[in-house]
Amino acid sequence: MFSFCSDPDALDTVRWFSCYLTTGVHMSFYVAFFKVLLLLAVTAPVALGFGFLGAMAARSHFLPLRWFGKAYISLVRGVPDIVFFLFFVIALDQAFEWMRHQVLCPGWDQPIWQGNDFIVCQAAKLPLGTSPQWMHQTYGFGLAVITFAIVFGAFAANVLFGGMRAVPRAQLETAEAYGMSHRQTFWRVLVPQMWVYALPGLSNLWMVLIKATPLLFLLGIEDIVYWARELGGTKTPGFTSFPHGDWRMWYFLFLLIFYLGFTRVSEVVLESLMQRLTLGQATAGGEAQRKAVPR
Amino acid sequence: MKKLILTTAALAFSAGFALAQDTVRMGTEGAYPPYNFINDAGEIDGFERDVGDELCARASLTCEWVKNDWDSIIPNLVSGNYDTIIAGMSITDERDKVIDFTQDYYPPTDSAYVAASDSVDVGSAIIAAQTATIQAGHVAESGATLVEFATPEETVAAVRNGEADAVFADYDYLLPLVEASGGELMFVGDPVPLGGGVGMGLRESDTELRDTFDAAITSMKEDGTLNELLIKWFGEGTTTY
Repeated sequence: MFSFCSDPDALDTVRWFSCYLTTGVHMSFYVAFFKVLLLLAVTAPVALGFGFLGAMAARSHFLPLRWFGKAYISLVRGVPDIVFFLFFVIALDQAFEWMRHQVLCPGWDQPIWQGNDFIVCQAAKLPLGTSPQWMHQTYGFGLAVITFAIVFGAFAANVLFGGMRAVPRAQLETAEAYGMSHRQTFWRVLVPQMWVYALPGLSNLWMVLIKATPLLFLLGIEDIVYWARELGGTKTPGFTSFPHGDWRMWYFLFLLIFYLGFTRVSEVVLESLMQRLTLGQATAGGEAQRKAVPR
Repeated sequence: MKKLILTTAALAFSAGFALAQDTVRMGTEGAYPPYNFINDAGEIDGFERDVGDELCARASLTCEWVKNDWDSIIPNLVSGNYDTIIAGMSITDERDKVIDFTQDYYPPTDSAYVAASDSVDVGSAIIAAQTATIQAGHVAESGATLVEFATPEETVAAVRNGEADAVFADYDYLLPLVEASGGELMFVGDPVPLGGGVGMGLRESDTELRDTFDAAITSMKEDGTLNELLIKWFGEGTTTY
C-alpha cells in the first residue's frame, strides 16, 4: 500500500501497523463488512415477504393453503439453523441443477446419483464450471439469501400471525359493518394495525439475524467472523511479512464493538419506527401519545 | 445459439466428462501452512498452491482456487461445488470409501505432539486435534482424552491457553509454530507415522480427471520438480521421492 512497506521488519510500530492493516487480506476483511451489510439489507425485506406470505397462508380460509402455511412455520422453526444451512443449501443447489439437467441434457444416459456423487451434465452446472469465481460467489450469496429468508421468514410468519390475531376483533367487525369485503378488511384495517403488535417480535428477529451471518461461511462466503479468525490467528515468519502471535482477541474485540454499535443503531431506528406505528392506535402506547399531544 | 449449445453438449459427451471442462475448481482450506494458507495479498499460497498450479499447467487445465471449511470440504466436493480437494488430506481407507484419491504428492507424513512443557505424557494427557483428521482418529484410539477443534489454529491456541496439554498434528504444520514460539512450545513424545501420504481428492465418478492428475504427478516426480517444491516449502530435511 505505502512505499515504505517493502521491508516491514525495519519499521517502527505506527508504520508497521499502517502497512499491516492495509495488506490485501485486510482489504478482504473490510470488504466482508459490506458483504454482511448487503446480505442483511437484501435478506431482511425478503424474509419479511416470506413471513407475510406464510402468515397469510396460515390464516387462509382455504384448508390446504392453511396446512401449508402452518407446516412451513412449524417445520422450519423446529429445525436447527445449522442443519438447514448444511443440508438444505446443498439440496437446494442440487434441485436447481437437477431441473436444469432435465431441460438441457435430455440425451444423458448415466445416473445422476452415483454412490455419493451428484453428477449432472456440464451445461446444467450452476454456475457453469467455466464461470469466473465471482459468479460462484454471487450464486453462493444468492443461495444464502434464499436460505436466510426461508429460515427467518418462518419466524417472521409466526410473529406476523400473532400480530394479526392481536388486532382487536372490534376493529374488524366495524369494518365488516361498513360493508367491506374480506380482502378490503384485511388490507385496509388488519394490516395497517397489526405492525404495532408485530414489531417487538420482528425487532428481535432482526437482532438475531444480524448475528447469524457467520453461518455464511458454511456456504463458502467469507464473512467478517471468518476473516477475524483467519487474520487473528498466529502468523509465523516465512508465510507472511507481518508475523504475530494469537491476536484473535483483538479482532474479535473489534467485531464486538462493531456489533454493539450496529445493535445500538438498530435499536434507535426501531424505536422511532415504533413511535410512528403507535400513532393513533388503540393501544396503551397510542393512548399515551394521544394524551401527550395537546389538541 | 441453441444449436451451438447442443453441439457443445454433444462434443462434451464425446470428449468425456472430465476433459470437456477446461476449468477445474481446486478446493482447499487455506489455514494449514506450509501446505496451504492465505498470504498477505489475500491469495491462496503454499506448497499445494505451487503443486496444483504446476499440475494444471502440465495437464493443460485452467484451475480456479476455492476456499472451503475443513468440516464441509468432502460434502461440497461430492455435490459438485468444486472438482478437487487439495488440502493436505491424507489418503485413508475411510475417506477412500467416499471419494477417490490420486497417488500421493507428499510422502506418508509424521505427526507429532507439541506441548507447553516437556513433562506431558501423551498417552494419558488431554490432546487437541482438528476435527475429522487422521490425527483426531489416532488420539481417540490412543487412550488420551481428545478435544477437537474446527481449525488447526484453535488446536494450537488450546495448548497455549492451557485448555489442552498437547496438540497432535502434522509435523510440518507444527514445526514453524514451535520455531516461532521462542521456547514456549516444544515437541514431546515420539513422532507417529500416520496415513498413506497426501493425495488429491476427487469424486469417485471423475476417473478421467483423476488419471490426468495422476499422470501429471508422475511426471513431476520423474523430473524432480516435486522434490524441489518439497524442499522449498518443507526444508532440506524433508522426505522426498
